[in-house]
Amino acid sequence: MSKVVLGDLETKPIINRKNKTKIGKKLWNIFIESFGVVATLAIFGIPFYFVIINAFKNTQESSLLNMNWPSSFHLMENIQEVITARDGMIIRAFFNSVMITGLSIILLIVLGAAAGYVLQRKVTKVTPFFNFLILAGLIIPPAVVPTIWVLQEIGLFKTLPGIVLIEVALNLPFTIILYRGFMVTIPRSLDEMALIDGCGRFRLFFNIILPLLKPVSATVIVLTAVSVYNDFVNPLYFFPGAENATLQLTLYNFMSMYITKWNLLFTNVLLISIPPLILFIIFNKKIVAGMTAGSVK
Amino acid sequence: MNKLANKTYTYYFLLPAGIVYFVFFLLPTIMSLFFSMTWWTLTDWEFIGLENFKTFLSEPSLNIGFKNTLIYAVLTSGLKVILGLLLGVYLSSKLKTVGFIRSMIFFPTLLSTIAVGIAFTMMMHPSQGIINIVLQGLGIAGPDWLGDTDIALLSVALVDVWKGVGMATVIFIAGIMSIPQDYYEALKIDGGNAWHNFKSIIIPLSRPAMNTVIILSFIGGLRSFDLIWTMTKGGPGFSTDLIASIIYKQYQAGFFGLSTAGNVILFILVSALAFPLYSYLNKKEVDL
Repeated sequence: MSKVVLGDLETKPIINRKNKTKIGKKLWNIFIESFGVVATLAIFGIPFYFVIINAFKNTQESSLLNMNWPSSFHLMENIQEVITARDGMIIRAFFNSVMITGLSIILLIVLGAAAGYVLQRKVTKVTPFFNFLILAGLIIPPAVVPTIWVLQEIGLFKTLPGIVLIEVALNLPFTIILYRGFMVTIPRSLDEMALIDGCGRFRLFFNIILPLLKPVSATVIVLTAVSVYNDFVNPLYFFPGAENATLQLTLYNFMSMYITKWNLLFTNVLLISIPPLILFIIFNKKIVAGMTAGSVK
Repeated sequence: MNKLANKTYTYYFLLPAGIVYFVFFLLPTIMSLFFSMTWWTLTDWEFIGLENFKTFLSEPSLNIGFKNTLIYAVLTSGLKVILGLLLGVYLSSKLKTVGFIRSMIFFPTLLSTIAVGIAFTMMMHPSQGIINIVLQGLGIAGPDWLGDTDIALLSVALVDVWKGVGMATVIFIAGIMSIPQDYYEALKIDGGNAWHNFKSIIIPLSRPAMNTVIILSFIGGLRSFDLIWTMTKGGPGFSTDLIASIIYKQYQAGFFGLSTAGNVILFILVSALAFPLYSYLNKKEVDL
């Protein structure tokens, strides 16, 4: 319903009320729409097209950095060369990125759901303190070198568990907010019935509450996948070394390596953008809903 | 039921999350306050008081970070709020192409900052980049986007807006969609036009959405690192160095105490601006 009214309003200031015929309105709408589409294609479409078309070219043609149609297609060769560069570094990087992302998601779901559940159900004097910690986690930039120091002290610096735990710690506050928000929709009477039926507190959470939180868990999966997969800073600091590379770090390193072979750089950019594209196609609505969750009351 | 509830909803459930949060986030943050006042090699430290902070504030190559970080945060968040609001209004309409445009604008939000940075670095190439070739076609001599110290920061900020405006837009759409129809109808009866709608209904009633966009993009702008590091590495000279990139440079150079001092300064700056902004915006929301 809101769509109809807002659409009407856009046409009003320009077209005089008396002359507002149906044809005039239609023409105006067509004009507005085409303008929107052309502007979007120019501002957002051209960069996509630029990257894709240059990934198809050979080194010589891509060095011109233009958007001309390639005279011959070299995408497969380019992909092959990118994958085999530095002893298949990108394969190792892909494996690392998938492991880090997957493990972070699992931990975030379990830890975040448990915390969000109790924080919503139990309101006490310390609740404001927990709220402050969550807010602090969202706002405060992590301290870099002291984190490295802590990781070294417990022997997790430059290790997969180390970077996973960092990602979990930094993504926990928002995950908890999502779970806590959704808990409101699960009635307490359900808990009470389960308890009366002799359900223990752990079974109550794992067998009854956690399955009901599925919609949020799906959101957490998508959001964590995007943020951890695309993360550059944390692997840069806490997961250094050639053995440890993630996809984003590899892309960054290739930037200086392929300083003259821009077709390979663009191929790499293209390859790395495929997972987000797949996520976007499948979960478009879910992502938008998750990212805007809690922001609009 | 209260006793039972107390037993059921035990804070033990918070323990795993609490431990991870404490060890990997809170503890380093607290330690940073101490280590920022030391000369530090990770294995050994020597207490030197506020020396690191003095260096940070007096050295021109370091304190340029304040100015740049503030300019960058204000510029990116300001543009995201204005463009996000306008796009949000446009995309809340009944136009048929809304879905397509929204998807195109939102997709860059999911892309890696490094990938976006690389693509735009190429497009902003002073002589060969498409942006300048298009401008040339229009008879305008395009600037050296990333090489000119006066505009390099602005160029990167614009790319940041390109990548992030989709997020702002979908938040605004959600906010505008949640406004009840009655308001528009009432205004229509009173003879209001589109401008009145925008000024008297959409702006005040999408306030929560606007506050979210302001806070998210402003904090994001203050902490920003990836894009500037991919596109300019703080250069040319130090003209685009942000506090976050200076922290990394000092870390690379092995000045761990100084780097940590930079972290503490960023922490203070972000907190000093973000917490009051947060409570101010929330208070305004209640007043409505």
